[in-house]
This record gives sequence, structure tokens and C-alpha cells, in this order.
Amino acid sequence: MSEHHIVSPKIYFTIFGILMICTFLTVAAAEVDLNRYFSGLNIIVALTIAVFKASLVVLFFMHGKYSPKRTQLVIIASVFWLAIMLFMTMSDYVTRPWS
Amino acid sequence: MHRTGELYEQYRTMEQQRETASLGMWIFLSTEVLFFGGLFMTYTLNRSTYPDIFSEASKTIKLSWGAINTVVLIGSSLTMAMAVWASQAGRKKALTWFLIATLVLGTVFLGIKSIEYHDKYVEHHIPGWNFQFEPGADAATNAHTQLFFSLYFGMTGLHALHMIIGAGLLIWLVKESVKGRFTPEYNTPVENIGLYWHFVDIVWIFLFPLLYLIDRH
Repeated sequence: MSEHHIVSPKIYFTIFGILMICTFLTVAAAEVDLNRYFSGLNIIVALTIAVFKASLVVLFFMHGKYSPKRTQLVIIASVFWLAIMLFMTMSDYVTRPWS
Repeated sequence: MHRTGELYEQYRTMEQQRETASLGMWIFLSTEVLFFGGLFMTYTLNRSTYPDIFSEASKTIKLSWGAINTVVLIGSSLTMAMAVWASQAGRKKALTWFLIATLVLGTVFLGIKSIEYHDKYVEHHIPGWNFQFEPGADAATNAHTQLFFSLYFGMTGLHALHMIIGAGLLIWLVKESVKGRFTPEYNTPVENIGLYWHFVDIVWIFLFPLLYLIDRH
């Protein structure tokens, strides 16, 4: 078992800086009509940035990167269950020709 | 009971004891993911059914308040992370101040949220009898924009409730930290409430683009 890891303030401030830049980028990207290049590109860009930001929070602020494997398994499992709910429900709705 | 960092009999090492507490918190958070997940599911379904209406309704929410609140909340996550660091490093004074900073930023977030809710109240955008999307809007537009605003209030409301609970937990942490209860050997409440606070931050990281940033161009 690894020694208890203390994340340094330097890492926290760096992550905070990246999160601020990403927040600016997501607002800037929303002001531009990306959908004319590719339908739905605006939401894809917005969600990609959100997933990136959330990953940074989980990995560094929440110490996911330094956690034992079984904790990391719980983190991945929660995302996986959410994906099951979204994917299975939507695959049902989009394949109903009668509605 | 005096929890001062002693090893309980069911654990072999301090490290194992600490990891067990953290694992339990993560399992709770995974149930929270699914708790919010139901609302995100409903949102996905309704937005894919009424994309244009969602875009129109989203534009009536003030982007500036949402952006400011995103900065405030991520800032509070930074101070919370720093509080965890202070507790691990044994800096008791710094711990108290970082916890107070987190509490203040959380309160600012809720204050801005209440201004936003008041704006929506004035604009008749709260779903119910007095709902009117805009003067002269037809019945279908009113019905479908109400779906958006129901989700807006449901999702941000559940998020705000989590913030209020988090603020309550922070007040308790401040009280205990002033007493000097948290040491590098015993800081589980700081770490676990920290995890909860960051989780609430993550929910907002998704709510912000989904509610405020639909087709802003």
C-alpha cells in the first residue's frame, strides 16, 4: 500500500488556472456558430471541455490520480452506470419509428 | 467518542483506515452521480426532442451570472483543496481560513443564484399558472419552454440544495477546526467533505454549458 500522498499547493493552483482557461474557452466557443461546419459541433465542444474540466477535478482536487485502484474502480463504475442509463434510454427513444 | 487519529481495531494500518473512509465516500458519491443522472437523462431526452425551443429558452438566462458563478464555484473548490492540504500539513490556522473562504465563496454562489431566480420570477419564467415565455407566445411554445425551465429549476435547485447542505457541513468543519481537532493524523471529515464539495462543483461544470450555453451565437 502506498504512503499517503499529499498534493502540493502548486498543483492545486495550476489546475485552478487550467480550469479558468477552460471556462473562458467554453464561453468563447459558445459565442461562435460551429454548427455550420458540422451539425451539433457546438454541444460536442461544450461537453468535451466539461468532461476535461471534470476529469481534472476528479484526478487532482479529489486525488483520484493518487487513490488506490479499488477507489479508482468505484469512480469508473459510477461513470459507466451513468453511461448505461444515457445510452440505453436514448437508443430506445431514437429507434421508435412510431413516435 | 474522541476521534484523535487512533487506529481502530478492525484495521491493520492507519493507511488502510484512511483509504476505507475515502472509499465509503466515493461509493456515496457514485449514488449521487445516478441521483443527478436521472435529471441529466431527462434533459438529454427533452433537448433532443425540442432543440430549437431549448435554444430559445436558454438565451433568456443571463450568461454573465452563470459565468461568474462558475468562476466562484471553481474558486471555492481551490480553497477547499487548499483546506485539505492545510489539514494534512498540520497548519491549523490556515485550515480554518481556507474553510471560511470556501464557505464565503459558496454563499456568494447561492446569493447570485437567488438573484437569477428572482429575475426569472419577474419574467414569468417559473413553470406554473403564471408562466409566459414571451407576450403573445402560443400554447405549444409555452408548454415546451416550461419543460426547459422545469429542468432549469429542478437541476439548479437540486444543485443549490447540495450547496446548502455543503455550507452546513463547512460551518461544522470551521467550528471543529477552531477547536484544533484536525491533525495530519486525523482529518477524515475535511477530506470527505472536500470530496463532496468537489462533486457539487463537477455537477455545476456540466450544468453551466447545458443550461446557459445553448447556441449563444
